[in-house]
Amino acid sequence: MVVPERVSERRLSIPNNAITGILFAIPGYFAGVWLGTLFGLNDDQNTGVILGYIFATVAFLAGVGFLNYPFERLFGWRVSPLTDPDENRGVGRFFRLSLDHKVIGLQYLVTILIMLLFGGIGAMMIRTSLLVPDSSITPSGNYISLIGLHSVMMIFITSAVIVGPFGNYLVPLMIGARRMAFPRLEALSFWVVPPAAVILAAATFWGGFPTGWTGYPPLSEQASQAMDSYIVGFALIAVALVTSAINMLATIIGLRAPGMTWTRLPMFVWGIFTTSILGLLAAPVLAAALFMLTLDRTTQTSFFLASNGGSNYLWENLFWFFGHPEVYIFILPAFGIIMEIVPHFARKPLWGYRTGVVGLFGVMLLSFFVWQHHLFVSGIAPVLRPFYMLSTELISIPTGIIFLVTLGTLWRARVWFTVPMLFCMGFLFNFLIGGVSGVYLSDVPTDVTLHGSYFSMAHFHYTIMGGEIFALMAAAYYWLPKMTGKMLSPTIGRIHFWWMFIAFNSTFFPLFIVGLLNMPRRVSSYDPALVGLNRWVTISAYFLFGSMVLFAANLIYSWFFVARPALANPWHARSLEWQVPTPVPARNFERVPLVVAGPYDYGIPNARPVADLGGVVGATGGG
Amino acid sequence: MGVFRIEEADRPHLLRLLIIWVVLSIVGILAALQIHYPPYDQSVQGLDQSRTLALLTVLATPVFIGVVIMVLYSAIYFRRTTTELVDGPPMLGNTPVQIAWIAISAVLVLFLAVFGIVTLASSNVAQAVGTPGRSIGQSGGQTGSGTIGGTGPELQVQVVAQQWYFTYRYADYGGVETTHLYLPVDRPVELHVTSLDIIHSFWAYQLGVKADANPGVDNIFHVTAQKTGSFQVRCAELCGLWHGHMADSEGQVVSQSEFDTWIAQQQKDYEVISKAVPSYAPFYFPEPLLKAG
Repeated sequence: MVVPERVSERRLSIPNNAITGILFAIPGYFAGVWLGTLFGLNDDQNTGVILGYIFATVAFLAGVGFLNYPFERLFGWRVSPLTDPDENRGVGRFFRLSLDHKVIGLQYLVTILIMLLFGGIGAMMIRTSLLVPDSSITPSGNYISLIGLHSVMMIFITSAVIVGPFGNYLVPLMIGARRMAFPRLEALSFWVVPPAAVILAAATFWGGFPTGWTGYPPLSEQASQAMDSYIVGFALIAVALVTSAINMLATIIGLRAPGMTWTRLPMFVWGIFTTSILGLLAAPVLAAALFMLTLDRTTQTSFFLASNGGSNYLWENLFWFFGHPEVYIFILPAFGIIMEIVPHFARKPLWGYRTGVVGLFGVMLLSFFVWQHHLFVSGIAPVLRPFYMLSTELISIPTGIIFLVTLGTLWRARVWFTVPMLFCMGFLFNFLIGGVSGVYLSDVPTDVTLHGSYFSMAHFHYTIMGGEIFALMAAAYYWLPKMTGKMLSPTIGRIHFWWMFIAFNSTFFPLFIVGLLNMPRRVSSYDPALVGLNRWVTISAYFLFGSMVLFAANLIYSWFFVARPALANPWHARSLEWQVPTPVPARNFERVPLVVAGPYDYGIPNARPVADLGGVVGATGGG
Repeated sequence: MGVFRIEEADRPHLLRLLIIWVVLSIVGILAALQIHYPPYDQSVQGLDQSRTLALLTVLATPVFIGVVIMVLYSAIYFRRTTTELVDGPPMLGNTPVQIAWIAISAVLVLFLAVFGIVTLASSNVAQAVGTPGRSIGQSGGQTGSGTIGGTGPELQVQVVAQQWYFTYRYADYGGVETTHLYLPVDRPVELHVTSLDIIHSFWAYQLGVKADANPGVDNIFHVTAQKTGSFQVRCAELCGLWHGHMADSEGQVVSQSEFDTWIAQQQKDYEVISKAVPSYAPFYFPEPLLKAG
């Protein structure tokens, strides 16, 4: 083995960006289809389509430039300087492979908001179809395709909507790090999301898949090639979850600034930390289940087919072993956001910091022991049900802690009513309804009536949309001034909040009643007696969509059209991410900061600033 | 109450909140008790679910009202009144309050869990005692002759789901297969739910019955109707193209004599077909499993 004496000056000269990625992906797809058709066991093209998607994704990643680094190292060429701050300015950096966590955060933000638009349009089409109690607006087949696309698209979005933009952008700033532990993994966790969204959307060309987001076989084995979109898209999201989780855990454990002890860690970072543990442990189970489903569909195995010795319970258990932690992957960062933002606007220390962290960990741990509550009526062994009923109800104890900590922080506070604070309070109200309705579903006798009805649909929309998306809005109004350098208009923000809050509750609260009155989920034709309630819900849903359009308008208006640069610390917050200048310098901190106090020490006499930053300091926090 | 040292500054707030909470909770609970909860009282099991729903609402009301008034109270009374930014009192936590909160929520949760388990275990509400399917070797496919029942006190009815309708077989009456479900009133019924193709879910709303129909699995569910009248049957698990149309509103709970007349008529009507139908078995496998486009 000869070790080269000097590094070669040669380097790959292909200009790598999203366009070369797309140019690579197209031949990649056809190569995969060709191979799959050549070697596939069935004549139904599933092997070809799956290989096509996988090859297209790998080719896309190669085109974006993910293979440059390994090849350069392999052949001893000079490594392309991806992190060069001078090269990485300008709009072009958002379309290239960047290892800067700030660029990745913004890439994520825009991508996910575009996906959210499509998911939301899907929801509007679903609601439009339900204006009439028969299938006359949307034919039955199209309706279930819509259900599948809306649900899986929204699951993709909600898996990443907080961790992706805000986690990537803010975690290094909050812990006093200059970069992420694994920037390439971090970039990978972003760059697999656009292919996943495109592959999912490609399902429409095959007529859409009929299974919703649960993908229960044998229905999913009976389905057309559209199901392959579900499999590959979801697998890519599993890759994103795992890579992001590894990167976040390593960063939070390993790259905290000196003095950033575990008890000084901001609550948002704790939220990301716990959700990353969930992602790391749960997403591989999904990947395994999807692999089995792929084999069943392409190579005639029968993991899930009862007629050949398999069992659909295997999928149900594997899927929900992932699926239930998955919903806490959504909500734990939201808890983190609420406990992070409330102290800054209450101008008080977080009340019961350690208890709050215990609450997050309690939710995280228990979420692995509840998955069979999705299977109460599926015919599981009756002896299992009391345990899952108990464990599901136990999870309300750590969730209650989150409320306790937040309410304790608000107690005798000097609440500064900003738009983020309004959204935090909206979160508390909505998530309370979501949580309480969850108890109805955890109780086996009542679950018999409520399972698979609009009640459970309303329940999880209250927790995900009313919870996670409200927390997302709080985060957007709170942190976007740091991320984009522009304040979002607070006037439009207030209108947005009240509009969204009222429209949201007007949309989803009646659905609890609709569910109690015998309307199953995922049906395009329903009891004509429920037409009044459904029309009310549909019109409210249009208003809800309107509120999201208002948010988008506010975002675009203040980001691109209004020259109102944000101050470095517009909220006079103490925490570390507000102490750096805006726009954030390429290396975040002049030198690694020395953290000397907690982020929430408001009102404490003689409290020190949060950190010794050395050089340039932004506006100092209150207290 | 030594540990709960209430600070002077907290007292007016706590008193006010307590009064608001007690008043609103009483009003809320009284309102919650006025609601008639589905699935009402057509079956013993349904009535029990209605009662559990009512109990959960009664318990949830004070919790919900307590948290909401705390949030609203903070929004109104703890709002900053000055123009310049001021910090609140540096309260870092209060261990007795935290322990009390966790203890109260634990007691509530354990009460609910114990109540649920007792409801589940008590014999007259033995709903959804779904035993997992027998393994395939024991009683194989269409040729199986696992004729069950005949003399037991429970009427055995098999629910056979397939894309996209339910049929019913009465084991005690020669396995006759019907297109509507008729049940005699006041007689315990053992429903055996199975599927011929993919997962469906048999939901008889007014009876408080929901049981997944899995291929190759005999999912057992007990129900006792206590009022005559019609009930709706729907599929509650997404099962493909016509899932939304997989419904039947002609289910009937009738008196025993009417039931006897009806089933005799069914046996006569379907006599010819019955010979072609596979003999009664815990479950059936269609051959082959078709892939639809």
